[in-house]
Amino acid sequence: MADHAVVADREVDLSRRKFLTQATIATGAVGAAVAAVPFIESWMPSERARAQGAPTELDISKLEAGQMTTTVWRRSPIYVVRRSPDMVKRIAGHDADLKDPNSLKSEQPPYAKNELRSRSPEFLVLVGTCTHLGCLPKQRFGAGELYPSWPGGFFCPCHGSRFDLAGRVFDGSPASINLRVPPYSYPNARTLLVGADEKGAA
Amino acid sequence: MRTERMRAWLGAALLALAGCAAGSALAAEAPGAAEEAPKAGSGWQHWRADTDVTNLASVQRGARNFTSYCLGCHSLKYERWSRLGTDLAIPDSLLQKELLPPGDKPTQYILTSMPAADAEAWFGKAPPDLSLMARARGRDYLYQFLKTFYLDPTRPTGANNLRLPATSMPAVLSELEGVKRAVFKDVTRSVGGQLLHEQEFDHFEQVAPGRLSAAEYDGFVRDTVNFLDYVGEPTQAARRSLGLWVVLFLLVFTWLAWLMKREYWKDVH
Amino acid sequence: MAVKSASGAPATLPGGEAPAARNGFWGWINKRLPVDEFIREQLTGYFAPKNFNIWYFFGSLALVVLVLQLVTGIFLTMFYKVGEASSFDSVEYIMREVNYGWLIRYLHSTGASAFFIVVYLHMFRAFLYGSYRKPRELLWLFGMAVYLALMAEAFMGYVLPWGNMSFWGAQVIVNLFGTIPGIGPGLVEWIRGDYGIADATLNRFFSLHVAALPLGLLLLVALHLVALRRSGSNNPDGIEIKEKLGPDGTPLDGIPFHPYYTVKDVFGIGLFLVILAIIVFFVPTLGGLFLEAPNFEPANPLSTPEHIAPVWYFTPFYAILRAVPDQRMGALLMLLAVVSFLFMPWLDRSPVKSMRYRGWLSRTALALFAVSFVALGYLGLQPADGVYVVLARIFTVIYFAYFWLMPIYTKLDPVKPVPERVVYRAH
Repeated sequence: MADHAVVADREVDLSRRKFLTQATIATGAVGAAVAAVPFIESWMPSERARAQGAPTELDISKLEAGQMTTTVWRRSPIYVVRRSPDMVKRIAGHDADLKDPNSLKSEQPPYAKNELRSRSPEFLVLVGTCTHLGCLPKQRFGAGELYPSWPGGFFCPCHGSRFDLAGRVFDGSPASINLRVPPYSYPNARTLLVGADEKGAA
Repeated sequence: MRTERMRAWLGAALLALAGCAAGSALAAEAPGAAEEAPKAGSGWQHWRADTDVTNLASVQRGARNFTSYCLGCHSLKYERWSRLGTDLAIPDSLLQKELLPPGDKPTQYILTSMPAADAEAWFGKAPPDLSLMARARGRDYLYQFLKTFYLDPTRPTGANNLRLPATSMPAVLSELEGVKRAVFKDVTRSVGGQLLHEQEFDHFEQVAPGRLSAAEYDGFVRDTVNFLDYVGEPTQAARRSLGLWVVLFLLVFTWLAWLMKREYWKDVH
Repeated sequence: MAVKSASGAPATLPGGEAPAARNGFWGWINKRLPVDEFIREQLTGYFAPKNFNIWYFFGSLALVVLVLQLVTGIFLTMFYKVGEASSFDSVEYIMREVNYGWLIRYLHSTGASAFFIVVYLHMFRAFLYGSYRKPRELLWLFGMAVYLALMAEAFMGYVLPWGNMSFWGAQVIVNLFGTIPGIGPGLVEWIRGDYGIADATLNRFFSLHVAALPLGLLLLVALHLVALRRSGSNNPDGIEIKEKLGPDGTPLDGIPFHPYYTVKDVFGIGLFLVILAIIVFFVPTLGGLFLEAPNFEPANPLSTPEHIAPVWYFTPFYAILRAVPDQRMGALLMLLAVVSFLFMPWLDRSPVKSMRYRGWLSRTALALFAVSFVALGYLGLQPADGVYVVLARIFTVIYFAYFWLMPIYTKLDPVKPVPERVVYRAH
């Protein structure tokens, strides 16, 4: 018995042993958690992705009334619509048919939290991604184009969501919130800058 | 007792470390700003750049030197202007005004305006990208290269270089450094039983002065090399500062693990 | 378990007793997966010799480095873009633009060198204590297989950044296969997939490095550990502890792996990580030994670096290759230099396992071998001319003499008596 390698012939200081074991395990766990951080962080957008996601400039001086053009910002399509005065009139009058007429649940910068969902009546800037499952909605600007009471707006071909000329979603659509508005600003009269506003670059 | 042995090992390791530090301090050679010495340029192969990449002011000056004198032909294609601004603490406005070429956006990579095809036609070889030159050849090489250009009418560029003989690069910094001539001396060497007559570099002779004094030019070169050192590895500052914390933490952890091990091994006889 | 504590009451030794059937979550698991049984058999009930010294850390460290390489390698593959036109740029992308990419890259490059340092020291332990001898011959052979797979893995990994040394190193080593009589030139073209080292070569090396060889390595390491479990560990005295069992059936000179060696290995791992961190964070290139300077220039088939040298862990064999003036003989000798290790269990004729009880002949031979291995490593980094070649030839002779004269000098060696029980000093 005294021959054996491990002999418990002393009062094993269990409390000291337990303390040291716990302290080492705790320190090791902290170390392991901190060591995981660089690996997890490596998945966040790299500098290249951030640089490619810099604000996009667009020349809007050639855009005609009633026309829409599409650009890209942070890999999302951006719809830029020059609304005619008639189109602006067709935004009002159907609030009862909308899920979120005052954009309380939808996503937009403060200057787009209005009926027109834009800084000025003339230009509408939207993220061209249906808020249901991400398809690109198609433009249907003409009054009555879809059905007799259709005021004009966007129609998503994937599952039938409908949005008005301010991007607000109609009842009966699978989408639950209005089309998103990105941060944007006008550095001068001819230029739209998507992705940057008073708060700087997004 | 084993603890005594551990202490002995630790002591030996610390002594070894101290010895290395002392030894390297003694062995460090003096910087090569020996223009006032009787034989200008002698011992150029042993010149050390002796730059400190943590000296932000020096790296900033190097950035300015690079954009003024090198960017015309050489790109830094892995570095972005915005990254330069952040790492070197250069505010956006200053970056746009002083460094950024007109028309370039801050997120763009630092590219030269010289078309590569033309460059190859003019110089015989496209001026290489310099992003990694400090890592590929070393700081001392770059320092020696920029300080050993000399007049040579036999070369298409009119200049030659001791560090890189027959270089395709013209002596673009002669405006600052001045123009110098290399004086060679005849040397006879015995190689494999045969007598070989060679021309060996002896010293430089200043032919025309530059806008900068010798000391100023030396500083100019060091700043530029320092900047290229930074561009070679922009994350090196972060690496060293994070490393300090990591090593300290690991020392604490290892010490706890040692105490735990010693406690359990009291059982073993 | 007839062990008493100081108070006289019966005490229990850590490990060795069968756990009662458990209820709850772990009971459910254990009915379906032998978790408790595994812990009992492989950890708390596995008895290892109590006299392990510093040389016995390197096995567990090798496992740690393997895990490190797998994890960092997986993450690097998320950002690396294989291809002649993109590999080099993608590595700089990782170094500069991927968040913490530089850290993942340096961990992987330092880990590769650390792997070889650990493995060489791990192998040296076997030389010191005769761990390759009966009944551990197969353990040794699996270990050698791991080493060979590791060399292939490291070689291919070094090509992936597509720097100038990646290219020229691949060129030189692949050309060696051309020395095989008859099939040589065809074989080289088959390996390359092109008429020179090219995109095709890079791409297939990527697949082998990332998928095939890691799987092979894992399999071989598993077999290595299973073989170890069967024979049990050797120890610095070269005595088989299983030959002296106590009344409870456990080796008298053995201690349960858990908690004693788990606790000791945690300390060893901590110390190893300190050294690894110092290198990764402060001297990642280690003066060009771990990351060679020419590799910071892109691959250029028209411009050879001044000195083509493989990474330091291959240089002993590279020195042997260059020591011979004939290319074919040099390649053959280099192959023999690696293969010689495989024969050690049968070349060693000493009646005694451990160097502790061997005589001056064996000790001198081992010392000379160690010196020549390191010297050849240094010489492999130098240009192949003048005094370097002469020295390389001398050390090559010593290197081979160690192996192939072993049957003679181990027989003649005056050995010392081997003790009955292991020698242990409390620590």
